[in-house]
Amino acid sequence: MSDSIIGIQRLCVEFDGEHVLEDVDIDIKAGEFVALLGPNGSGKTTLIRAILGLEQPGHGKISLFGTPIKRFKDWHRIALVPQRLPGASSIPVSVWETVMSGQIRPRSRWRLFSRSEKLSATQALKDVDLWDRRHDRLDALSGGQQRRVLVARALACQSDILVMDEPTAGLDAANVAALSLLLAGIKEQGKTIIVVTHELDDIEHLVTRAIVLGASKHHSVGYDGPPPVPGAFAHDHHHHHDAIIDKAPPVIGMQP
Amino acid sequence: MIALLDYDFMRRALVAAALVGLIAPLIGVFLVQRRLALLGDGMGHVALMGVGLAFLLGTAPIPTAMVTAALGAFLIEFIRNRSRTAGDVALALLFYGGIAGGVLFASLAPGKASSSLNSYLFGSLSTVAAGDLWALGILAISVLVILAIFGRELFAVCLDPDIAQVQGIRVRAMSTLMAILAAIVVVVGMRVVGLLLVSAIMIVPVAAAQQLTRSFRSTAVIAVIIGLISSVAGLAGSFYIEVPPGPAIVMLALACFAVLAIVAVPIRRRRKELA
Repeated sequence: MSDSIIGIQRLCVEFDGEHVLEDVDIDIKAGEFVALLGPNGSGKTTLIRAILGLEQPGHGKISLFGTPIKRFKDWHRIALVPQRLPGASSIPVSVWETVMSGQIRPRSRWRLFSRSEKLSATQALKDVDLWDRRHDRLDALSGGQQRRVLVARALACQSDILVMDEPTAGLDAANVAALSLLLAGIKEQGKTIIVVTHELDDIEHLVTRAIVLGASKHHSVGYDGPPPVPGAFAHDHHHHHDAIIDKAPPVIGMQP
Repeated sequence: MIALLDYDFMRRALVAAALVGLIAPLIGVFLVQRRLALLGDGMGHVALMGVGLAFLLGTAPIPTAMVTAALGAFLIEFIRNRSRTAGDVALALLFYGGIAGGVLFASLAPGKASSSLNSYLFGSLSTVAAGDLWALGILAISVLVILAIFGRELFAVCLDPDIAQVQGIRVRAMSTLMAILAAIVVVVGMRVVGLLLVSAIMIVPVAAAQQLTRSFRSTAVIAVIIGLISSVAGLAGSFYIEVPPGPAIVMLALACFAVLAIVAVPIRRRRKELA
């Protein structure tokens, strides 16, 4: 249980000359429950995008399960749990289709979904307690239920690592409770969970390690250790309202 | 109906209409999901440039339009990926270039080419030649085969490109494939539906179907049924009332949309109560 599954060494990422991440060294071991914290613009999202291979590092190395990310092939071992799926709001997509979509891979394009793929989707939907809603449109479900469907989508892939983007954002207390119960169960199974969040309070009891980004221009990681986050670094996660405003889409118009 | 089938040209037009009614909604469902509903329109305009070029060069319209539209498909994906041009602006560039180029080339062509351009804009009953039917059939079958192989990956890309990429799916290749599929549909539909309206038969049946459906699959199936009914019935109707088939087909599809949109209101309300 102590193998390093995500290794990040001296990682730097920049956009248009702007340094978003500087000198990041993080080593994540199997079974950890990591909360990634930091103010907006501190590079939390960029860091998970880099881990998922969606962002190219300027310098530094990332390895997954001991393999350098460039040569990494076992992408089914990592699942991203987004807040929402853009394509599920423009056309009806059922809960079942959403969960099965996690199992679509290029190598299976010549065959139909296998029995075991369908079984793991069935099991995952039962685990999140939404099996009886499988025929419903995803966007007919409540926000909390949709979040659970997206967790089921990741569970059905049988991934070892779940990367979650703000899983509790915008949920009411009851749904946060249901979700954290679900995450506790997933943690029990020995999976590694990385959560990007503004609201550590909601899941603090599950988190084994908190990483605070946005410390300084030359060294992104401020705090890296067990929760609670020491006061000096904890300036971020109580400003929920700022976060929501910062996430509003940019105003378009008035441009020539 | 008997009288209608007595004419060779009508039999060919009906087959061509059935082909486009079948494949257009199947591509449209992905375009709507990816919020690229106007991509088909852009492809139609580019294909128009191909038709204009065919008049000017004296080549066959269907292959020339196919090549031009396929190049347009690559171009639009290139513009979207490599430059800072937004998707809708990239589409607008295609629209203007296609229409202007098509009319310009057709006007430069010898003879009455520019007047027969009209039949390519709004469709025509009498222009599907026997040889065309083979080309259209092969194109339609290739769309079905490509969808059978890559349909799920296209679905994943439309659902969320980032997640699809994490799953190992080649997002850019799939986006280009989708544009090429839209280009094929446009070329299959250009004779009977016409280039200005062909993308309606991709989008309107999907918009109609999704009033009632709860899944992607059922949306696709019902959209195909609506697409087939409106293209075949619209074509037959245009024979009797002597109008171009394109507008008749599209008005029928829009009528399906209106009926389903009204019917869907009480049905959705009841589902909500049950849920």
